[in-house]
Amino acid sequence: MSDRPRTAVAAVEDSFRRMDDVRAGADGLNIILWQDRERAAADARQIDRRLEQGEDIAPLAGVPFVAKDNIATLHLPTTCGSRILEGYVSAYEATVITRLQNAGAVLVAKSNCDEFAMGSSNEHSAYGPARNPIDPERVPGGSSGGSGAAVAAGIVPIALGSETGGSVRQPASFCGVVGVKPTYGRVSRYGLVAFASSLDQVGVFGATVNDAALGMEVIAGRDPLDSTSADRDVPRYRAEVERPLTGVVIGRPAEYFPATLDARLVRLADRALAALRSLGAEIREVSLPHTDLAIPVYYILAPAEASSNLARFDGVRYGLRVAGDGLRGMYEATRSKGFGPEVTRRILLGTYVLSAGYYDAYYKRAQEVRTLIAEDFRSVFEGGVNALFTLTAPTPAFELGTKSDPYEMYLNDIFTATANLAGVPAMSIPIGRVDGLPVGGQVIAGHFDESMMFRVAYALERALGEEAHR
Amino acid sequence: MAVTQEDVEHIANLARLALDERRIPELVQQLNAILEHMDVLQQVDTRKVIGASGVGDQALPLREDKGVPLPLHRARELFAPEVRDGFFLVPRLATHETVAEEGG
Amino acid sequence: MTATTSDPRAVVERYEMVVGLEVHVQLKTRTKAFCSCSAAYGAPPNTNTCPVCLALPGSLPVLNEAAVRLAIQTAHALHCTINQVSVFARKNYFYPDLPKGYQISQYDRPLATGGLLEIGKNADGTPITVGITRVHMEEDAGKSIHDRYAANTAIDLNRAGVPLIEIVSEPDMRSSREAVAYLRVLKQLLEYLEVSDVNMEEGSLRVDANISARLRGETKLGTKTEVKNMNSFSGVERALEAEFARQAMLLDAGEKVHQQTMLWDGSRGEVRPARSKEQSHDYRYFPEPDLPPLVLDPAWIDEVCKNLPELPAAKRARFGQSYTLSDGDIEKLTAFAPVADYFEQVVGAHNDPKAAANWILGSVFEALRQSGTSIRDFRVRPPDLARLLDLVRDGMLSSTAAKHVFNKMLETGERPEQIAEREQLLQVSDTDELARWVDEVLVENPTEADRFRKGERKLQGVLVGLVMKKSKGRADPRRVNQLLSERASSSGA
Ligand SMILES: [Mg+2]
Ligand SMILES: [Zn+2]
Repeated sequence: MSDRPRTAVAAVEDSFRRMDDVRAGADGLNIILWQDRERAAADARQIDRRLEQGEDIAPLAGVPFVAKDNIATLHLPTTCGSRILEGYVSAYEATVITRLQNAGAVLVAKSNCDEFAMGSSNEHSAYGPARNPIDPERVPGGSSGGSGAAVAAGIVPIALGSETGGSVRQPASFCGVVGVKPTYGRVSRYGLVAFASSLDQVGVFGATVNDAALGMEVIAGRDPLDSTSADRDVPRYRAEVERPLTGVVIGRPAEYFPATLDARLVRLADRALAALRSLGAEIREVSLPHTDLAIPVYYILAPAEASSNLARFDGVRYGLRVAGDGLRGMYEATRSKGFGPEVTRRILLGTYVLSAGYYDAYYKRAQEVRTLIAEDFRSVFEGGVNALFTLTAPTPAFELGTKSDPYEMYLNDIFTATANLAGVPAMSIPIGRVDGLPVGGQVIAGHFDESMMFRVAYALERALGEEAHR
Repeated sequence: MAVTQEDVEHIANLARLALDERRIPELVQQLNAILEHMDVLQQVDTRKVIGASGVGDQALPLREDKGVPLPLHRARELFAPEVRDGFFLVPRLATHETVAEEGG
Repeated sequence: MTATTSDPRAVVERYEMVVGLEVHVQLKTRTKAFCSCSAAYGAPPNTNTCPVCLALPGSLPVLNEAAVRLAIQTAHALHCTINQVSVFARKNYFYPDLPKGYQISQYDRPLATGGLLEIGKNADGTPITVGITRVHMEEDAGKSIHDRYAANTAIDLNRAGVPLIEIVSEPDMRSSREAVAYLRVLKQLLEYLEVSDVNMEEGSLRVDANISARLRGETKLGTKTEVKNMNSFSGVERALEAEFARQAMLLDAGEKVHQQTMLWDGSRGEVRPARSKEQSHDYRYFPEPDLPPLVLDPAWIDEVCKNLPELPAAKRARFGQSYTLSDGDIEKLTAFAPVADYFEQVVGAHNDPKAAANWILGSVFEALRQSGTSIRDFRVRPPDLARLLDLVRDGMLSSTAAKHVFNKMLETGERPEQIAEREQLLQVSDTDELARWVDEVLVENPTEADRFRKGERKLQGVLVGLVMKKSKGRADPRRVNQLLSERASSSGA
């Protein structure tokens, strides 16, 4: 963001020009769903006026951003990529949007995503799949595919996404950008349309670690409107990143490097680890023994919470209503027409694992194993390890339509869901390419230790330089 | 613990989803395929786990009993499917359906 | 019906009723449980709503501290254990006045457990107690109005999110009378605590009953049904009797009671099953992920419980010790805390508990009944009533005149002396003045006077009445009697 144009108006114009150039709309990459150019221009003029009057509205004065379509905005629709909210415009604004705007950023568009953030490819959007700007035949990842792609395509330097099991980090990996999931409770969820409340966090995409750290600084911190938001000070992450890695211990968890993993990706990971070692970090082999249970646990808990969170979409107060036989018929017609197949599948799954007779075997058991997964991380970090390094996803971006089996798709989250289950911060940064496709490396840190995470990621970004994109 | 067609119909009913009859067999198969991967959890020793709920270390913050209501920046009429005299309208139910359902 | 049908009365006699009650109480907070919307009753439809209580996508709940306080106070007054950690849970079901599609409630870790409530005394003086299983916090739903429009149900969400507590009793009640006694005692307790308006008509107190029947002498519990939709205490009594009779008849005929929800229809005086499709509830409770566990500091719990007002049983006991009054009077004076306060303020200034009780239970209650006001807003304040009683005690006002002055005080709010003086009602005990009135009456009624003097003593009452009338009630009747007696004896008859 250092080389941004002089005025907010120019920056916003550039952003829209870039959208046109890469064909970001429905007729092209389909990464942008909703935009209002006049409104954005007016917001930019307002920022410029304030700047002219000498008002100090740094640090994001005039920076355009996009937000995932599951974050409530007052002036653009918030559909969550779903038919059930087609045309819905929120009557209030999400805390993260307000915070970015107060810091001078200008919302230019809402980005495509998997319906209600359920997916790992952005193919489950009611408004059609988004495409990867690196290779339009491939998916941008998901569920925050549109936001990751918007940064990759150069439309905006930062974008908001949301995470439940890897929905920022995995698309960041697929699109070759930086993607951050903060500690659970670090960023307000007020205005983030809930998928699985105990796992959801708003995340940030950035073109660089610095951009992402800056975005995170602005949106993080206690919000009295979110009872799960933590009352802890937010460090100045950008000041932290410059500190050297001497004495920092980085763990390499064995469970994240199974023998079956693509050797070309492992080589990129090893190169990154070597770079970190050369910067003075100690690389230590560690174990997180319950890692292979993360996907089963995740795909019980997330659908369970989702089945409840999505009950409010009933055609009574807002959104789609489809007439049926009486009240019950209206409910069923509305929800059946409004939800796509993946959302329907997960609501059924979630309803099942919570229903009488199955709660103990599935939901309760999954909660217990979730605790074991969190314990894995706690003991590693308490054992003197400062951060962990893994791959973000087991593969680079795949081609559209190639994964039809639901569980095979779920395995995309194999390296990312653990951080959501444990609540720890994690981020993805580009570490190289395979067959011209970006590969992301993941840095995981302890609870509320985003500073350490950014520090490791920043050092690695500098060490790899252009290699990260080759 | 295989999911049956009746199970799917029952949970669809609980979730107020009307499923296309022809889709049910496929859903039964998919749910079973997914749940098969969950069975591994039954083998995990969780005896040492106590009080598992959520990941935050946060205690519940309380709000003072005052303050301005959170504003609605858009009138209900603008987002509600059907409003009359300030009420949200839904297809009519018989009175006796009400109390039975009201959870309380 | 065949001739062999047993007499229903006789059948019911053979069975015993077993009742547990679930009472929902709206807490008296300014704002709702999870958002800062007003919790007031009676606003235009949907005007007390916001993103949270409309369940707009992305909104989140934040718990109201006052609701926790009031819930703790109630639980404490019911002798429950307050749990330092309790957990909110989601109760999932679809209904158009339940905006989120789930109610935030508490399930396996409620706020408080294991209390009891004394509802009366047995013939031998031992207390009758009902166990309290649990007290938990939850939120109210909105209102569905079915009779306003022909083809639609109208939804008003002003009530959605108003804080409730649910008080669940053990199945310890053995008759509909005991059930009503429990409700009356509970209502009184809640009024004393000032945690709720406890108005069944406005829905701030709602009662569901679990009821089963068993042969007398049987110790095992029978299959229970849940009875809902009772809108008054008498409705509860009638509904329980109706459902009990239904169950007893079924059992007596060798049939089974089905566990189901029954709805009371007050206008027809009967219970009937709720639609069978709605019976198969599966609420899929799970911990509310938007709210971390409620962790209470023991010191804070103590502080919240310390400032409780004096509760009914303690107040009754103290009244019994401090004032010489009948149990019946104490019961009536302490039924409602503000009445007890009023009484004590009057006694504080006048120091004759019996007179104060008589006036309050008589004239004051009568006036409250007629005007429909609460004693809190009653025009005659305790110091003024005490002053009125002083005047009567000191012989300055006759009881007739006192009644008249009291009525004027109701109208004008003036002090009793002011009224009595202006209307010349202060009793005259000045002998000269009284003697003049007595003599005038004797002169004006020569026949009666003559008969009286000749020993017809029963005429004394008539003559006193005439003197009182002449004095416009100001004469002190005791002195008038004295004077008349003197006249009679001086005549030498
Ligand atoms: Mg309840
Ligand atoms: Zn509200």
